[in-house]
Amino acid sequence: MQVAIIKYNAGNVQSVLYALERLGAEAVLTDDLEAISKADKVIFPGQGEASSAMRYLKEKKLDKLIPQLKQDFFGVCLGQQLLCAHSEEGNTECLGVFPVEVKKFKPENSADFKVPHIGWNNLENLKSPLLEGLDDTAFVYYVHSYYCELSEFSIASTDYILPFSALMHKANFYAMQAHPEKSGLVGEKILRNFLEL
Amino acid sequence: MLTKRIIPCLDIKDGRTVKGVNFVQLRDAGDPVELAKIYSDEGADELVFLDITATVDKRKTLAELVTKVAKAINIPFTVGGGISTVEDVKVLLNAGADKISINSAAVKNPQIIDEMAAEFGSQCIVVAIDTRNVDGIDFVHTHGGRKPTLLNTQKWAKEINERGGGEILLTSMDHDGTKSGFANEITAEISSMLSIPVIASGGAGNISHFKDVFTFGKADAALAASIFHFKEIPIPNLKKYLQIEGISTRI
Repeated sequence: MQVAIIKYNAGNVQSVLYALERLGAEAVLTDDLEAISKADKVIFPGQGEASSAMRYLKEKKLDKLIPQLKQDFFGVCLGQQLLCAHSEEGNTECLGVFPVEVKKFKPENSADFKVPHIGWNNLENLKSPLLEGLDDTAFVYYVHSYYCELSEFSIASTDYILPFSALMHKANFYAMQAHPEKSGLVGEKILRNFLEL
Repeated sequence: MLTKRIIPCLDIKDGRTVKGVNFVQLRDAGDPVELAKIYSDEGADELVFLDITATVDKRKTLAELVTKVAKAINIPFTVGGGISTVEDVKVLLNAGADKISINSAAVKNPQIIDEMAAEFGSQCIVVAIDTRNVDGIDFVHTHGGRKPTLLNTQKWAKEINERGGGEILLTSMDHDGTKSGFANEITAEISSMLSIPVIASGGAGNISHFKDVFTFGKADAALAASIFHFKEIPIPNLKKYLQIEGISTRI
């Protein structure tokens, strides 16, 4: 099985590759349209700023390719947000796979809630083969200031200031706000489940 | 529920882990990659690598060490020491670091915080402050805590927040190496003032110090070095203790 990790200029994509290597998966980091189209699974990672990431995707014509892919596809962190319709970050039009709005956290009281939401938080309302073997005691690692709103596509939520979409699913597209590659054994389990879908 | 983070800090010099007592005398505590793996397996929530000689020597943090660590562990880590340009940040993030930490460079040129945040997102820009209380007033110190500035710590923390820093790593030079507890007062003051998380550092000596810094100190995370490196406090015991005391941790 060949896994393609989409390469773009949004920080730390390398660690997703290392995480897959630890699982023994064969993965390549690429922005080549043909290599991505041919892969058995595609992972779309990211950490960074939405508008500059979208600019890069457009330059590489990835914005047209991604929504048309048919194989199992996993957007991670910024990758989840970019799969949505629109992000408040830089008022950015995104890829539109999920008709969902990406919003900025507004701390109600800074002593209780900081932004970014940084650290380990648990998953709730889990429902997907992607999360098989996990329950609401599963902690994942978050670093983000923007979140995807809850919707019919949510397959798990996390509560921070308000409940938001921790993971989403629509057809062959899966997405996760936290970083599976940085979420210890829980993250490894999710990546393994994705590879075994 | 978001949990409080326990962060071992690995001070790096010439590719080895060291920890100074008040940042002056250095002791060798082993191979950073091996230590990182042990901490990750023990339940550390995150790691910080500080190349403590980097600023003084004008040397760049070794990207190769970052790559080795990124390959070995599955928890996030921050790299600091000698980072002063957007290009420095890009190199380290590409090598596998999750966040970078800047200190002296931000004091010298605060605009760099805005630039880095705009390029990479606030969430991966940690700004470290070394603070010392001089006659009742808190002043920012740079260059590993050796060089005093005229910058007021509270004022600087606010400015970092406004410029787009994602987190503050606050080290009390008065407490660092003393094992007498964290600087809870200034940590609470700064944490309450800001909208971004504060990592408390300096002074951890026993497990109750961590409880204090998460309650009285209002810290979002606590960082320590020697007590972890020399196995004075095993991380699993610390987390169990905090859980019993009603502070949520990831176990």
